[in-house]
Amino acid sequence: MIKSILLTGVGGQGILFAAGIIASAAEAAGFNVTTNEIHGMAQRGGSVTAQVRYGEGSFAPLAVSGGIDVIAAMEHIEAIRYAHWLKPGGLAVVAKLSVIPVTVTNGACTYPADVEERLHAVFPRLVYLDCAALALELGNARLANTILTGALSKGLPEISEDHWRSGLLARVKKGFEEANLTAFWKGRMLCSDI
Amino acid sequence: MRLLLTGNEAIARGAWEGGVTAAFGYPGTPSTEILENLVKYDGVYCEWSPNEKVALEAAAGASIAGARCIVTMKLVGLNVAADPLMTLSYVGVRGGLVVVVADDPGQHSSQTEQDTRHYARLAKVPILDPADAVDARAFMLEAFELSEKYGCPVILRTTTCVGHSRALVECGEPRPKNVTEFKKEPSRFVPLPLWGRKLRVKVEERMDAQSADASSHASLNHVIPGAAADLGIITCGITALYCRELMPEAPVLKLGWPWPFPDSMIREFAASVKRVVVIEEGDPILEEHVRSLGIACSGKSDVVPRCGELTPDRIFEIRERLRGTNNELPKPFPQADGLPMRPPVFCPGCPHRALFYALTKFDVIVTGDIGCYSLAVFPPLERTDVLICMGGGFTLAHGLDKAGEKKKVVGVLGDSTFFHSGITGLLDVVYNKGTSTLIVVDNSSTAMTGHQDHPGTGRTISGEPAPAASIEAIARACGMKRVTVCDPFDQEKLHKVLAEEIAADEPSLIISKAPCPLQIRRRLGTVRAIDAAKCRNCKACLKCGCPAIVVTADGKPAIDPQLCSGCRLCESVCKFGAIAPVAVPGQEG
Repeated sequence: MIKSILLTGVGGQGILFAAGIIASAAEAAGFNVTTNEIHGMAQRGGSVTAQVRYGEGSFAPLAVSGGIDVIAAMEHIEAIRYAHWLKPGGLAVVAKLSVIPVTVTNGACTYPADVEERLHAVFPRLVYLDCAALALELGNARLANTILTGALSKGLPEISEDHWRSGLLARVKKGFEEANLTAFWKGRMLCSDI
Repeated sequence: MRLLLTGNEAIARGAWEGGVTAAFGYPGTPSTEILENLVKYDGVYCEWSPNEKVALEAAAGASIAGARCIVTMKLVGLNVAADPLMTLSYVGVRGGLVVVVADDPGQHSSQTEQDTRHYARLAKVPILDPADAVDARAFMLEAFELSEKYGCPVILRTTTCVGHSRALVECGEPRPKNVTEFKKEPSRFVPLPLWGRKLRVKVEERMDAQSADASSHASLNHVIPGAAADLGIITCGITALYCRELMPEAPVLKLGWPWPFPDSMIREFAASVKRVVVIEEGDPILEEHVRSLGIACSGKSDVVPRCGELTPDRIFEIRERLRGTNNELPKPFPQADGLPMRPPVFCPGCPHRALFYALTKFDVIVTGDIGCYSLAVFPPLERTDVLICMGGGFTLAHGLDKAGEKKKVVGVLGDSTFFHSGITGLLDVVYNKGTSTLIVVDNSSTAMTGHQDHPGTGRTISGEPAPAASIEAIARACGMKRVTVCDPFDQEKLHKVLAEEIAADEPSLIISKAPCPLQIRRRLGTVRAIDAAKCRNCKACLKCGCPAIVVTADGKPAIDPQLCSGCRLCESVCKFGAIAPVAVPGQEG
């Protein structure tokens, strides 16, 4: 078994942090794990993607397109942009959020008005969560990525809850453990797909 | 101890375990994190050097004293450091010296896709090519050993995907550092032609020995067995991993030490399979050599793309071409088209936006160099016209000027690139009586690569205070008479200064000085808002290209208070006084 996860979003949304949690959890579960991060322009509003891969027979940090088991996206069009990476029957976990690129502001492109409908049309297995609102309910907008990670964790059943817990704790800064655990379990609970 | 490390972290770890004494480098994606990680280990001297040539020369000195040392740079950095590398190959080293060069197949963040293996051949030094973080740590240790065994520098070539990918790495403890003591030996360390001719012969002999060594060096070069002998793959770097996953039946000759070519190993491998394919990123260096040995092979001449990164998708396509089946990669979900692109942009509050916005008001040619401000070439600013290489902004301007170009030419550099290789350009303009207007966009940081320090910031890589070089004083010492320091957010004054200096018939330097807002991590001023009653919807503010200014559903611009940095550029752009500071709870200053 090889599992490949693709995380995508915009610089500053915590994509690499989420990838780190998955990698640490997979490592805790005893898998050989690799990751890749594309973040050259992350701080300047560009797209950010990361992949995490684990399991027997997995050596490389990148999958082929069409070979991804779970896509997790922190932004609407970034989810659709990478849809063709997903396997048949693959799961998409997407945060309800539009971040308008400057190409739209300057009139060169248009942001799809029907983005929510398109998401539902593109992904047969879609978990769609308002991570930003959920994070605010927990009192910290920065927990949105942890909520999304909790939701996608349901799509990776070979990693137990104990291992998710230790993976998360391996990555969270001191003093933020409880808040992140709460956010993670909330996301996991709200992943109704599985 | 097993750690989940990136390739760059693993290189730092390997250097530390290998007893490195000193490390030198200039930031450049994808190499920057190597020194940033190495500096965290106790007892290793690390520095950001002003440029890569300086870094390699300093490392040469450290090595001649007997210390193990590394130099780090991106691919184009080796162009700058090529001069000392060529001679150091003859002179040789005492302490192990490893030149770590990060190539960028696919040009994720580089102006060229040059293949550093050519430099290894040109300099006649060994090159190692790790496939992942496990290799990266191990090969760094091997590189020190080879460097000391043969008394020559060794290149460790990594790539973007190796440097930025993680793997579980079994780590060890550091070995003791070399004892350093200089030993006088002029016939070796002073390559006057008299001695240089003898060194030249030694270099050739050394390469023969290395080729034989590489053929039996199992930890660097080995065959990954496959079930079928129909097709054998010769490869190096991360490509080996993709081939293993996508063509598991094929034996793979994985060359971690691809040059000097391990000829006997290549011959033996080729004899063990029916057909050979060479799959390598970059140029067909291995492929052409394999053919020169009289071995027929496939490669870039028929099935492997000549340009770009060899991603898993491309390895799949190569497999299909080799099999003659030409199946397409199954894609159950269609690729979306028509989605808006999300290119990198100047951040809210970026002083480069303010400077280049002001330049849009002048009919001049703008030459630039490498840094965040390269983004000024894109709409809506479109205010960089020519860009060649780091440090080239002033000299390109000078050349256009001396060619008799009718329009005034403005040459732009960053602060870090001014110190890197811009000072000689400024000297050229002054000494040879050019008339260009020169600008340093000084944000007191090497911002593009993640805010590294440089000789002007007043701090070393370890965060210790250091003397801060003054760009203004350097320019005056070079003989530049017209030097102005200006805050780019004071658009009125900046416009006046630009108008005066561009009109001058002698050279001048403007230092546009304001900090990088990402680095100082605070707002520059009070958040701005657009008064809908005063806004005439002329969209002038959108010409700033600020991500904080969005167009609302009614077609009018509005400012996102979460993103606004309070830099006041849009306020000075608005002719109708519609943009003003606004109190947002919790968002002051």
